[in-house]
Parts: sequence; C-alpha cells; structure tokens
Amino acid sequence: MKLAYWPGCVSRGFTPELHGSVAKVAPLLDLDLVELDRAACCGAGVVAEHNQELVDALNARTFAMAQAVEGAAGMMNICSTCQGAQSECQERLDASPEYRAEVNSHLKPESLSYERQGDWWNKNFLWILVEEIGLDALRDKVKRPLDGLRIAPFYGCYIVRPTKRLGFDQHPERDQYIEQVIEAIGGEAVDYAGARKCCGFPVITMNRTTSLRQAGRHLADAIDAGADCLVTPCPLCHLNLDMQQPAAASYVERDLDIPVLHLPQMVGLALGLEPKELGMGKHVVSTRDVQRKIAQLAAA
Amino acid sequence: MADYKLKLRRFDPESGNAAYWADFDVELPPERSVLDGILQVKDREDASIGIRCSCRAAICGSCGVRINGKSALACNTRIGDAAERGRDGVITVEPMGNMPVIKDLITDMEAVHWKKIRRVVPWLLPKEEAPEGREYIVPAEAMLDVTQAMACIQCGACVSACLSMEVDPEFIGPAALAKAYRFVGDPRDGAHEERLADLAADEHGMYDCTHCFACIEVCPKEVAPMSQIMRLRRKATGDYGIKDDNNGYGHEKAFVGLIEKYGTLHEAQLLPRSFGQGSLIRGQTEPKAVKQLVESLPTGVRGLRTGKITPRKALLHPKLPDQKQVRRIFKEIHSHDERLELNLYIVGENPADEEGATAEGSQES
Repeated sequence: MKLAYWPGCVSRGFTPELHGSVAKVAPLLDLDLVELDRAACCGAGVVAEHNQELVDALNARTFAMAQAVEGAAGMMNICSTCQGAQSECQERLDASPEYRAEVNSHLKPESLSYERQGDWWNKNFLWILVEEIGLDALRDKVKRPLDGLRIAPFYGCYIVRPTKRLGFDQHPERDQYIEQVIEAIGGEAVDYAGARKCCGFPVITMNRTTSLRQAGRHLADAIDAGADCLVTPCPLCHLNLDMQQPAAASYVERDLDIPVLHLPQMVGLALGLEPKELGMGKHVVSTRDVQRKIAQLAAA
Repeated sequence: MADYKLKLRRFDPESGNAAYWADFDVELPPERSVLDGILQVKDREDASIGIRCSCRAAICGSCGVRINGKSALACNTRIGDAAERGRDGVITVEPMGNMPVIKDLITDMEAVHWKKIRRVVPWLLPKEEAPEGREYIVPAEAMLDVTQAMACIQCGACVSACLSMEVDPEFIGPAALAKAYRFVGDPRDGAHEERLADLAADEHGMYDCTHCFACIEVCPKEVAPMSQIMRLRRKATGDYGIKDDNNGYGHEKAFVGLIEKYGTLHEAQLLPRSFGQGSLIRGQTEPKAVKQLVESLPTGVRGLRTGKITPRKALLHPKLPDQKQVRRIFKEIHSHDERLELNLYIVGENPADEEGATAEGSQES
C-alpha cells in the first residue's frame, strides 16, 4: 500500500528512534511511504491557540501535498497529536467550501489546493494497522510473538477525544486498538487507569508540577498493574513518559523506572526486528528488561 | 422491555464505612435513561439511594454522574447504549470526579464547581451606562461568538472529567474558564483586559489546561470549554499582549516563532524561548528564566547521554526546503485586520450539508 507519510517534528527531533523504526517496519508491512519532507508542523494545538486560519492553512498545505502523491491510498501520521490537530483542521476545512477557498488562497503561489474528497483520509499508524492492514494480516506476519510481555497502552489524548471529530461513529473501537494490536502480536495488554488520560506534556513549560504529576501517576499505575512496559503511538507522550520519567518520579515520590516503547518499535519486535535496529538503546529509561525478555523468546 | 444490570457506587459519610458497589437489576425499554433505571431501583428496592435530579430532560443539569467511567447526565444517557458500553453489559454509575461526595451519587457542587465559577467574576462589568428606554443587548455578531459559552447548564460534567484538575485541585477548570469567556467575548463588558490578565497571572489559571479534550468530550451541551480556554489565550496574547509569569505568553510566542522560522519545531530552543517570553536571549539571561532552564537541565543531559539529542541537533535545526512559502503564509495571515475563524458550533459540522457553513471573522481587530 502506497501512502503519503507525514513523520511530524518530534520523530525527527528528540525521538529519532521513532522515525528510524517506522522506516524499518514499513517494508515488512508492505507499506510504501512517500515522505512529505516539505510539510510544516501540524501546530500541536499551540498554533491553533494562536490563530485558527494559520493552522488550517499549514495543514491544508500538508494535505494538499499528500493528495498530490500519485497512487497513494491516503496519508499516514505517526503521532497522536498530529492526528488530533490535523483532524481538527480537516473538520473545519471540510465543513465549509467558502472557508476552504479562503484558506486555499494562501496555497495558490505553490499551485497547491486541499480538495474535500469523500474518501481521502489521514490516519495514524495505529489506525492503519487495524483498519487498512487488518489484525489478521498482522497476526500472519508475526515472527516473534511477544509471549508473556505485559504491555500497558498509552493512547495520547489527541487520538481518542473528541470521539465525534475522530471518526468513532464509523470506527467505534478506535480507543481499543492498542489492546487489539498487542493481543494480535502475542503480548498481554495491561488494564490500568491511565491508558486514555493526559501525559501532561502540553503544560510542561507552564506548570511543571501538574505535568509531571500526570506523567508520574500514570506510570505508577501501570507499574502497579504489573506492566513490563508501556507503548504509545504519540512521541509527545513519549517525551513526558520516558525522557521526563526520572524527573516525574520525584513529583509522585516513588521509584518508577518502566520503559516506554513507541508503537512501531513494539510491532517491529514482533515482526522479528532486533531491539538495536529499532533504536531501543536511545531511550532515557533503559529498555534492557524488555530486551532480555525478547531474547528469551527468541531462544525458546 | 429489557433487563439491565446497574452497579451503583454507594457511600454514606455519616456511617463511618467505606464506599462500596451495590448491584441491582432493572427492567426498562432501551431508549429510557440511566436516570430512569436509578429511580426504578430507588422506587422498588432501596429508597435510601442518593441521586440529585429534577427536570429529566437535560436542562437543569442536576443529575451529573459518571457512567462506565465517563461523566454524563444520567437523564441524557440511554440505558441501552450504556449497557452496550459497559464491561460485560454491566452499567456502572459513580458520583462525579474531582468533587467531594455528599452521599452516594450526590457530589458537593458548592465546594468545587460554584466556588470556581465565582472565582472568575461571573457577571457583567459594564463599560458604559445601560441605554435608557430600551434593552441593553449584545450585537448579533458578538452573540454568535459567546452563544456557545452561554449554552452551559452548570452540570459540572466537564469539571468531573478534567484531567488537569485531577492532579491540581486548584486549577480554575473548564466550566469557570468557559464562563470567563462568556464575558471576555461580550462587547458590553468593560474589563476584558483585567479579566484576561487575572486568569493569565493565576498559577492555576488558563495556562494550566493540558489540551486533553475531556471537557469537550463529555459536555452535554457542546460548550467545548477547552475551545473557550483557547480563545481566552488567543485574546490574551494576540489582542492584549499580556505577559504572565507562567510562560503561557512565552510558550505561544516561542512555538509559533519557531515554526515561522524553521517550519518544524526546533525543540532545543522551545524551552529557553518559552522562559524568555519568546526571546532566546532573554531566556538565557534573565534570572527567572535561567532558574527554570537549570531545572530542566538534567532532562537535557539525560537526552544527550542516550544519544536521543546530539549537540549538533541541539544547536542547529534545518529549515524546510520551501520555508520561504511557510513564511509567506504566516505573513499573509498576520497582516489581516481580523482573525478569520470558523466556529462549527454556529455553522454546523455536517459535511454533507455545506450550504449553511460560512466563515465568520472574529470581533477583535
């Protein structure tokens, strides 16, 4: 399947292991990715807070570039925040031809235009896995079932709310997909309080206490539920849950030390890739315990 | 008629006992409400169950609870739908979150919700004498802008669901901030700037919203409190240039400025620029900014140690190949006299019905 691919900012910034693991995993899933390397930031909610027309123009430009990729089934993103921020813009652009024309007027000098096409979509890798590839096809591709690995899903707010904007009427189980993927690749999904709560990242500069209490609390809940690791489709969540984890520990006054995988890393492990190929050494919280379990699986 | 299983959270503080779950069976057609189910149990099995309700038509806002963990009005939730979403078909009903429980499903709205509503001065501070001999009305264009915030029925569902308040009970919260926008968007009010400056300066004010969309998801009246909070911020920074000590102004300036400059986010500069009201130099020289930078330093060092961040990446950030075009878009849009906004609450959001949707310019120039 050919896809226009928007990697986002953070996957090429502070979570390079995410961008790298998508590159490794895509061919194994028969995904032919055409990277949109001229597209700009989705705005992550902040540009929307600043100016709606501006964020809609930036994302209309990205959508237009994606629509121009010949033979692409749609556009793929790898970040919950990109998904939510872009869906918000797409909802407005699709709702009014007059507004869309106004926004498109800014794209004219580049001969670009976002057209409302009923069947055109922009989906996170998670949605692609379940809706386009399918859980059965994924199950068939598994080379190393993650047998016995207890994985706690962490969705990221932007990919689960608001359900009305995010296509839950057509796909009501979008807030169950991570669990479904974990089970399809042989792991065990851990049920805990924080899976669909906020990681706290958006307020890390404004209120460090609130931000790290949120991250710390969800990590602690996952540990208490017996998780070996967390998995997230959102690199911004990853920043707060992994990179800030040592700091978060002091805000909840307990030890944490639980690894956080990116979704493509987890899928890559099941498809037979090695932890090193998936950049699992580039995490702040060591992934060695997960790696050890994976090595035992290989030996068994 | 169908049979449903209700699992109610019971608690009586005067008993000295801990809260517990109680199971009940009810018989109702699926289109009836969860409230109808609770009232049937109260009527037939246990009259001591505490639930607050009045209109049963999603107008009075009294019966806010959490159904299967999600904040909602009990009268506005079909029992058949709730059973479909409940684990193994069992419908759990708990009191709202983020508030003390008075008894069973009744929460203390006064202790949290109303206290916070009063915090934002929820009345008009007129900028001029009301005209004599006629009603003092809001012009129609401005009404479009505040109608959404005015639709609030004070049920507290958003307060119950707020994930920021869950870790910071002092956060002013979604309902009160939506109420604040109702007056900040009202042209008759004469205290827009003072209101915004107050909410920006508060350590638990409008910059503590974490963009989690929980309030938007649960609101039975589509007030979208988080969208109103974003409007407060937009006016505070864009129209009044209000600089606060919480880095709210700095964060927006820094983020937007970096995208204008590079096209994608230069993460290494986001923190110092945010701490320096958007300026990299101020962020690395002003004592308060430096203190915050030092606090974040261990995180950066850990990033460098693991190879997540390289010194090169921290210092240099590539511009997009067509960054000139991105800058042109920024310039074009910033040069507008009015911000162009499309509020789907007003124009409708059914893509099949394109006729009614038109863009409304915001009222602030």
